[in-house]
Amino acid sequence: MVALSDYLVFSAILFTLSMAGIFLNRKNVIILLMSIELMLLAVNTNLVAFSYFLNDVSGQIFVFFILTVAAAEAAIGLAIIVLVFRNRNSINVDDLGSLKG
Amino acid sequence: MNFVIPDFMPAVPEIVLLALASFILIADTVWSKRYVNATYYATQFTLLLVGVLILASFTTDTVVTFDQSFVRDAFADVLKIFIVIVSLGVFLFSREYLKQNDFYKGEFFTLGLFAILGMFVMVSSYNFITLFVGLEIMSLAMYAMIAMQRDSSKATEAAIKYFVLGALATGLLLYGLSMIYGATGSLTIPEVKAIVEAGKADSVVLAFGVVFIVIGLGFKLGAVPFHMWVPDVYHGSPTAVTLFIGAAPKIAAFAIVYRLLVDGLPGLVIDWQPLLIIMAVLSMVVGTVIAIAQTNFKRLLAYSGIAHIGFLLLGFIAATPEGYSAAMFYVLVYALTSVAAFGMIIALARTGFEFDEIKDFKGLNQRNPWLAAMMLIIMFSMAGIPPFIGFYAKLVVLQEVITAGFVWLAIVGVVTAVAGAFYYLRVVKVMYFDSAEVEGELKATTKEMAVAVSVFSLALLVLGLMPAWLMSVAYNSLLV
Repeated sequence: MVALSDYLVFSAILFTLSMAGIFLNRKNVIILLMSIELMLLAVNTNLVAFSYFLNDVSGQIFVFFILTVAAAEAAIGLAIIVLVFRNRNSINVDDLGSLKG
Repeated sequence: MNFVIPDFMPAVPEIVLLALASFILIADTVWSKRYVNATYYATQFTLLLVGVLILASFTTDTVVTFDQSFVRDAFADVLKIFIVIVSLGVFLFSREYLKQNDFYKGEFFTLGLFAILGMFVMVSSYNFITLFVGLEIMSLAMYAMIAMQRDSSKATEAAIKYFVLGALATGLLLYGLSMIYGATGSLTIPEVKAIVEAGKADSVVLAFGVVFIVIGLGFKLGAVPFHMWVPDVYHGSPTAVTLFIGAAPKIAAFAIVYRLLVDGLPGLVIDWQPLLIIMAVLSMVVGTVIAIAQTNFKRLLAYSGIAHIGFLLLGFIAATPEGYSAAMFYVLVYALTSVAAFGMIIALARTGFEFDEIKDFKGLNQRNPWLAAMMLIIMFSMAGIPPFIGFYAKLVVLQEVITAGFVWLAIVGVVTAVAGAFYYLRVVKVMYFDSAEVEGELKATTKEMAVAVSVFSLALLVLGLMPAWLMSVAYNSLLV
């Protein structure tokens, strides 16, 4: 039997990985987008696990909303990345430093 | 299992806004070729109609609908009315800017309307799901608005930064919410409150959740140490969009902080209060100190905005109903002042000349004494000099934080306010005592703009002379 704490640890690991992906990644903006998706999936794991163990369906409904919004977010994020690439011919995180001060 | 038709009445303003925004979205594709201004007027009409609807059905009762996920109370109504007022001003100013910079398109206005719809949902949320959905409706629309100037590499860079950090903030907030859900077994804000106060939830899990929630909210508010995106986004976005994201979304962000921390988790005040103290002190100090070094006026306003958020948080730290209403008063004043300040930049900007460097203001008094006087009012109000309204905003917040026993916080606040006066007064000095680099009269782009800037600026003076009205609005909407 998988216990609730196992799920929580798993999602905490996913969450930490995604945070590391956002803050350590200096290369590609697409990786940032992947990390963001991973972060939302960690949240979803959490919610589904809680929902199952609490015997309460509302957590799973929340997951549907998060999934839907994540799809919309990915669409807008990719669109912005395309614009960045058109303007600079690069999507390296390090090249995104023209606004400073 | 029986299906009950929910009560739609409390949500009528949102439903009307959604219907008209969708209509304008479709109609714009048809009429934009022939009637260039139609979308603009339709947008302003929609906002006016929604504002009138809210005023007409203004209620001081708390009405909950949609299975306890949507609430309508005086707090929500007052904030929505101010969101409408601020947005009317924002669209009025944006129009001229958009025309000059060749992106006077319907998308700006429809995206704006959808963002406002998101703010309305946030303000009225009574359930984590509604709160999240409202937040995302607003954020997604704003990401697209910043990126609308497609060929500007500054704007797209600002968009990607805002997108990544905005999504990160949402992720953190959601992780915190999932913890609260796990501890309480409910997503509904009043139920969470009841369960937490009854002590039926695991306090470690709750504290863990609160930390993530506060960090997520900190990102959304732009409080230090989660402020990195604010100056870049303010600077990089087209001024019309900066104007939009600098005003009304702050009101909505204030609303979700209130809904989550005060409506939902007042039982955990000992957990979130120290976090807010850290954020408030850092925001006030860092915002003020870095603002001094800025030469770009939009960046200056961004850092000053961070410092203002610090002051706003002082109201929450007081953790009394009076404190929350002081914070509400502060955010309303800040939104109005911010519209006036960015409106001034737009009124003076020309095609290809953004008018966003502080040196552009040199000798404004010789070139246009009236607008210089208006700018003086805006800067004095931001600095918190009486008799302008900004003074009362700072006063009430500091008063509440002292009443709550945090005298040292009030001292930090006063010191940073005085230091902050330096960079606001520098703008005034540049306008009045430096000689103009370019001679000749400088008019506002249109008469309409000059009038609008004057109305917003003079409102800061008039409200400052009679602060009781706005203050009582903020107090009564929370203390009924």
